[in-house]
Amino acid sequence: MKDWQFVMLWSDLLVWLLVAAAVGIAVLIVRTPPLLAAWRRVGANRLGMAAATVLLAFAAVGLLDSLHYRPALDGQPGEPLRYSVEVLSALDALAVRLRTQQEKSYSAPFATHAFARETVDVPGVGSVREFPRLKHGGAHLADPRLAPADIALTAGRATLFAVLAWLAVAAAVAARQGGWRQVWQGRTPFAWNAVLAALGGLLLVLVPMFALAGDYHVFGTDKVGQDVLYQILKSVRTALIIGLVTTLVMLPLAVLLGIVAGYFRGWVDDLIQYVYTVLNSIPGVLLIAAAILMMQVLIDTHPQWFATAAERADLRLLALCLILGVTSWTGLCRLLRGETLKLRELEYIQAAQAFGVSSGRIILRHILPNLMHIVIISLVMDFSGLVLAEAVLSYVGIGVDPTTNSFGTMIDNARMELGREPVVWWSLTAAFAAMFLLVLAANLFADAVRDAFDPRAA
Amino acid sequence: MLAYLVRRLLYAIPILIGVNLITFALFFVVNTPDDMARMQLGVKRVTPDAIVQWKAERGYDKPLFVNSAASGLSTVTDTIFFEKSARMFVGDFGRAEDGRDIAREIATRMGPSLAIALPTFVLGLFVAVVSALALAFFRATPLDVWGVVLCVAAMSVSGLFYIIGGQFLFAKLFRLVPISGYADGLDAWRFLVLPVLIGVVSGIGGSTRWYRTIFLEEVGKDYVRTARAKGLGEHAVFFRHILRNALIPILTGVVVVIPTLFMGSLLTESFFGIPGLGSYTIDAIGAQDFAVVRSMVFIGSLLYIVGLILTDISYTLVDPRIRFS
Amino acid sequence: MLKIADLRLGFSVGERTLLAVDGVSFTISRGETFALLGESGCGKSATAQGILRLLPPAGRVAGGRVEFDGVDLLALPEAELRDYRGGRLAMIFQEPGTSLNPVLTVGRQIGEVLERHRGLRGDAARGQALALLRQVGIADPERRLDEYPFQLSGGMKQRVMIAIALAGEPELLIADEPTTALDVTVQAQILDLLAKLQVDRGMAMLLITHDLGVVARMARRIGVMYAGELVEVASREAFFSAPRHPYTQALFAALPEVSRRGAALATIPGQVPSLAAMPAGCRFAERCPQAMPVCRTQSPAWREVADGHVVRCHWQAPPATGEKAAIAAVDRSNPSEIPPQPLLAINALQVHFPIRKGILQRTVGQVRAVDGVSLAISPGRTLALVGESGCGKTTVGKALLQLIRPTAGSVRLAGHELVGADARRLRDARRLAQMVFQDPFASLNPRLRIGEIIGEGLTALAVGGKNAAGPRVAIAALLAQVGLPADAVDRFPHEFSGGQRQRIAIARALAVQPQLLVCDEPTSALDVSVQAQILNLLKTLQAELGVAYLFITHNFAVVEYLAHDIAVMYLGRIVEQGGAEEVLGRPRHPYTRALLSAVPVPRLDGGGQRIALAGETPSPAKPPGGCHFHPRCPKADARCREVYPAVVMSSATHAVACHHPD
Repeated sequence: MKDWQFVMLWSDLLVWLLVAAAVGIAVLIVRTPPLLAAWRRVGANRLGMAAATVLLAFAAVGLLDSLHYRPALDGQPGEPLRYSVEVLSALDALAVRLRTQQEKSYSAPFATHAFARETVDVPGVGSVREFPRLKHGGAHLADPRLAPADIALTAGRATLFAVLAWLAVAAAVAARQGGWRQVWQGRTPFAWNAVLAALGGLLLVLVPMFALAGDYHVFGTDKVGQDVLYQILKSVRTALIIGLVTTLVMLPLAVLLGIVAGYFRGWVDDLIQYVYTVLNSIPGVLLIAAAILMMQVLIDTHPQWFATAAERADLRLLALCLILGVTSWTGLCRLLRGETLKLRELEYIQAAQAFGVSSGRIILRHILPNLMHIVIISLVMDFSGLVLAEAVLSYVGIGVDPTTNSFGTMIDNARMELGREPVVWWSLTAAFAAMFLLVLAANLFADAVRDAFDPRAA
Repeated sequence: MLAYLVRRLLYAIPILIGVNLITFALFFVVNTPDDMARMQLGVKRVTPDAIVQWKAERGYDKPLFVNSAASGLSTVTDTIFFEKSARMFVGDFGRAEDGRDIAREIATRMGPSLAIALPTFVLGLFVAVVSALALAFFRATPLDVWGVVLCVAAMSVSGLFYIIGGQFLFAKLFRLVPISGYADGLDAWRFLVLPVLIGVVSGIGGSTRWYRTIFLEEVGKDYVRTARAKGLGEHAVFFRHILRNALIPILTGVVVVIPTLFMGSLLTESFFGIPGLGSYTIDAIGAQDFAVVRSMVFIGSLLYIVGLILTDISYTLVDPRIRFS
Repeated sequence: MLKIADLRLGFSVGERTLLAVDGVSFTISRGETFALLGESGCGKSATAQGILRLLPPAGRVAGGRVEFDGVDLLALPEAELRDYRGGRLAMIFQEPGTSLNPVLTVGRQIGEVLERHRGLRGDAARGQALALLRQVGIADPERRLDEYPFQLSGGMKQRVMIAIALAGEPELLIADEPTTALDVTVQAQILDLLAKLQVDRGMAMLLITHDLGVVARMARRIGVMYAGELVEVASREAFFSAPRHPYTQALFAALPEVSRRGAALATIPGQVPSLAAMPAGCRFAERCPQAMPVCRTQSPAWREVADGHVVRCHWQAPPATGEKAAIAAVDRSNPSEIPPQPLLAINALQVHFPIRKGILQRTVGQVRAVDGVSLAISPGRTLALVGESGCGKTTVGKALLQLIRPTAGSVRLAGHELVGADARRLRDARRLAQMVFQDPFASLNPRLRIGEIIGEGLTALAVGGKNAAGPRVAIAALLAQVGLPADAVDRFPHEFSGGQRQRIAIARALAVQPQLLVCDEPTSALDVSVQAQILNLLKTLQAELGVAYLFITHNFAVVEYLAHDIAVMYLGRIVEQGGAEEVLGRPRHPYTRALLSAVPVPRLDGGGQRIALAGETPSPAKPPGGCHFHPRCPKADARCREVYPAVVMSSATHAVACHHPD
């Protein structure tokens, strides 16, 4: 007699597989001192670790949003239990007020009244053109003029709480790392001071924001009255999936073909080079467009495959990842091929050949581990590019399903808003700002990883 | 050297054939013409007759590869593959959904595309090389450190933001230039300033950082130490020795995109209402006009391959090690 | 003229500065050659770069004075220092290949200096550049002036570097390992050129080198550096006849040469302390056989032991002399007594690489890397395969192990033919023959533990039986055999020094109990003292295990010390082979003779009769017709240009391919 039914979307499966893989790799790293040393260098990079803290916050949102369920419908007792066609996530459950508190249409951040005048019937006066009160934004206040004071009070309390929470964390870190001074002057091997600084910034912004989010629309509402903050939160998962699952798709292709081409050379190499030159020569956007169009036809002609709209949108998201992956493996493949060509001439490979070690074993033991730094660097470097690409593709109309929340669809929906009088600026600004924060953090983290792993940089 | 270039030219042929086969497979094998017809006609109008008529109007009613009904040479020529894919090699792209000749459309739209893409490319390259040179010259100083941070920040901003923000700021708020549109002849400059400027700004972060690493790689080389040991000043070392060596990877990396400038920029053109190939492509994608998308894929690949060949030529021009061997 | 006082140079690592040169002082007078001698990482190159403030970006001048004619170069503003750089002081570097700008012509690179320091432009500059190229012995200078560096050979590039340095008419030339990257015959040419130029111009020279032979050939006074400090300064005579510092003495004792054949070489235990952990007191104390308690607490002061001979050492015993008196009994089996069944017999081995050209990439020619080589090695003996770079000696080694497929010929190992053998037969053969590579940093996979590296052969060839304890026990035994601690098993290659890595590589090869070890320049990347350790190890292993060596090298000192038999290679063919005594004592091929005389000998009397060899080794893609050696041979005549000489036997074992053998 559960009142919800667990749903595992395909993308959820991949996300959790990724998490499992990350944990597995982390265990492997801890057991392999040379890898651990490289990651320690990443850990010592202040900017990189501050970025990683921000990324972790994004990841937490994305993971919460990857536990899906279907709530049970209220039915008559005795009827078989039925579940809603709407698929919700753990994030939705936590942010239930954000999700459900819909207004009629646009409202500015922290507004208590709607953005546009409406004709309202006031008893005794007749119909009046005025800005109506919002259904939810600031609805708890008897007098909307008290809103600024109320906001300041709530924000102040939340800030105080954030400071206390930060102090507690910082004290715990300092106790373990040998005192304030050690941590603060950056004398710990891990850049704790950067992590604490980033955490402080995050807490100071996020805690007041979420404290206010229940009573107000912190980032306003969009055309259909949905809370912009809620859309931002939901978009995070899409961005993460595009950025991570795509590399998951392209990685095996690029690694396998790159190594095989570089190690065996000859006609195998010629063939693989031919394939990637052909793929490369097709303009990326057009190849993606063509593939997405084709997939759209496929989905539209087979509606029977999908039980819920969420599943269809999910599959389209995965298909986008697949297509992006198939079109973007060539760069990494080329890189790995070149490096393998160099590696195979190294003396330790020849020593292995002198023992008659088989090619497969040489590739697994000697070549692959020595290419991992390139794979890792390109993995983190590609992430930000993919997140940015998603926005452009969705804008062009060949990205994710229009019903999927993503930065691209947000921008696409809000494209005409800057042309309105007065200007509706908050949707676009919030989407761009959130995307900028995510991509900047990813870029800074990628730089830290590259600096730590690239032998030339050291 | 000539033999090398001829060999590269010959290599382009199998690649173009490969591109052609891939697009053909994508457009006709994965999805049948019937699917496309349903899509284009929309749910309401789909009847078996309508589909047959739709296909017949566009020549999609033929067999894919072999027409067993025909005789002689036309068993191969009277097919979808020959009519729709193979004929692209001679510049016959067929007609768009609206019945216009695609080849003519492409020819007229190339001009506006180039009018934006070329100045953006030249200006962008110049600005990026100069600022990368400046960062490398003042390497390891605060200027360099903050310059790189600025580059990373600039790279992290979505290209859409540059366009939307720029349009809002300069066209709507300050009213310096028209928001969108295009004019022929010299009048066009008013419409071009903003898109070119935005194009340059949005690309500058990434390319500056990339060129900076190329410069820094050269700075660390032994011949630079030799140049200093000769008593040369830092300017001579930079402009006579480092710049010349660094320009080899920069130029050859850049040459490959020159031919594809004809394709225009998808986003800029559609935002600014420029009647170029970029907006043509976007509109075709939006209208799900398969014939146009297919043609653009073919032309794009062709131009990319031309770019590859130009890259080879430029190598032989700028690098004496290749010129004389 | 040049007076360096208490020079201190460091490299900044994070927020710290590690001193690479700590309080070095010396002087150079006009026209004098002063050599700074030391092993890698001792700070000699940093000293040279510090004089002109050309340190790498992380380098810092921490203190001291560099006075050139009374002007402190370290205190000059950068702009004024540039008038000295390339003008009154010039510098040449170790790697001529990378030290020239690849995209500028030779003429422009010389012209730059002429314009900067002598105000010459246009025709005047061109004429002067031509004169300079002639002076440094470049043939056809008019053509070379308009060529790019990649069109020149290694020796010619170094000549161009010298011409660039001379263009500013310097009073002091700083030469940083000027011949280390070059072959011996080319090294001899460059050293001769430098000596001649110095006499002609009355130029002083600061020579940085690690090679005692080069020092003996060039220097008038010598300074020995160790771990960032100068430890001994002496005149050439005093240095070679009576070295006083234990480190200097140890360097001499570690040199392999004929007289030490039977004996183990003296080695210096341990390794140079790292910059981050310099010991207090004398920096050599940890490794010094004479160390006293005071050495570990107090840094020794300079002490004058003879006129102009100073040393920094607490130990006051008389100089070690009569080193050579203790010639050990030469342990050499009778060269004529060759066992009937050689372990390895290579017959007419050929390795050709196709040259492809044109539109269809047709094969238009062959690089004849190895062109008909025949060799034989008996069990337990050492055959040295000697030659300059590009002669194909490494290719022979790899082809015999079938790492490169031979084009033709036969390789018989313990009676089994390897050329064209199937995978199973090759597997059996791989147990018998293994290889040790040149570069200890490239020959160990950085991602594997030492135990895994050594165990690779054991598992691949299923040696050591199936029992689980087998490999670990075997690996531990191997580590002990090559002199490494047992706990090395679980460590990674980066934790070991170059010499230790080479021991690991040897252990890996020995793991499958081979009867033949192909050693490809196993000591050329190592310092003299470490080289001695590895040579000792190889010798001990041969005595204990009876393993035979094919020793591929360009270093005659090593050959003299180690080899029973010698084969000399030139352009893919063997020109002379025989017993070590025969080839070294009575060389008959002009190339062998020239090669031997070109090796700088680290002794006072090291001059000797030198046979100057013109030119450099031609490309194996286009070997000269007739005898390959004729363009460089002093004895060449018409017949040499026409016909490749047949092999002449001068004894049962001594063979030479020459029309005019001595």
